[in-house]
Amino acid sequence: MAVRILFLGPLQDLAGAAERMVEGPLDWPGLIRAVGPAVAAQLQDEKVNVACAGELLMDRSALSARDGDEIALLPPVSGG
Amino acid sequence: MIDARLLEKGFSAGQALAHFARANPDSGGIASFVGKVRPDGDVKALHLTHYPPLTLPGMEELARKAMERFALEGILAWHRIGFLRPGAPIVLVAAAARHRRDSLAAVDFTMDHLKSAAWFWKREKRDDGWHWIAPRGQDHADLARWD
Repeated sequence: MAVRILFLGPLQDLAGAAERMVEGPLDWPGLIRAVGPAVAAQLQDEKVNVACAGELLMDRSALSARDGDEIALLPPVSGG
Repeated sequence: MIDARLLEKGFSAGQALAHFARANPDSGGIASFVGKVRPDGDVKALHLTHYPPLTLPGMEELARKAMERFALEGILAWHRIGFLRPGAPIVLVAAAARHRRDSLAAVDFTMDHLKSAAWFWKREKRDDGWHWIAPRGQDHADLARWD
């Protein structure tokens, strides 16, 4: 088991992949280290939302992912 | 009555609206909006991605908010995902109400939220490859009108 990090939208181009598996548990500093500098720079922008285990985090810095969880990094959207 | 869907294949807005009208027989009016892939210069295709755990639940929540905010009998919000050609419909929103102002405003409200507060990411294929589409400032200004 591990934590799956999903890169949505343009973040997948910066990450060079749509997802990455890392060892859990994972907190916010651990996530920043795990995603690489290009995505980490984007995460400085508060407009990038984070979901963990299907729930949107109101406070991203409170991230606490366990083995088996999925973290989704959600940049600003463009629908419609 | 709420009808929110994510669609992987093309759809007929005409058929959807006819069905929606039959499902809301007591309404005095139905307003609707169809968004299409704009035939724009060298755009060959559009690709819409989403995040399954959040996207449809978010659309359903948006539809419930529209039902609460306006005096509606029903609301329909359909959104395409996957690959689309120029001219193809991306989104259909319709609102049925006793009176026209509620239906027109509900469609406007729902579209503004689908544009910049729903979990979709768009990229388009041009002659030189794929490009992600950034949200426009105007979309956020449109959304702020409802705060």
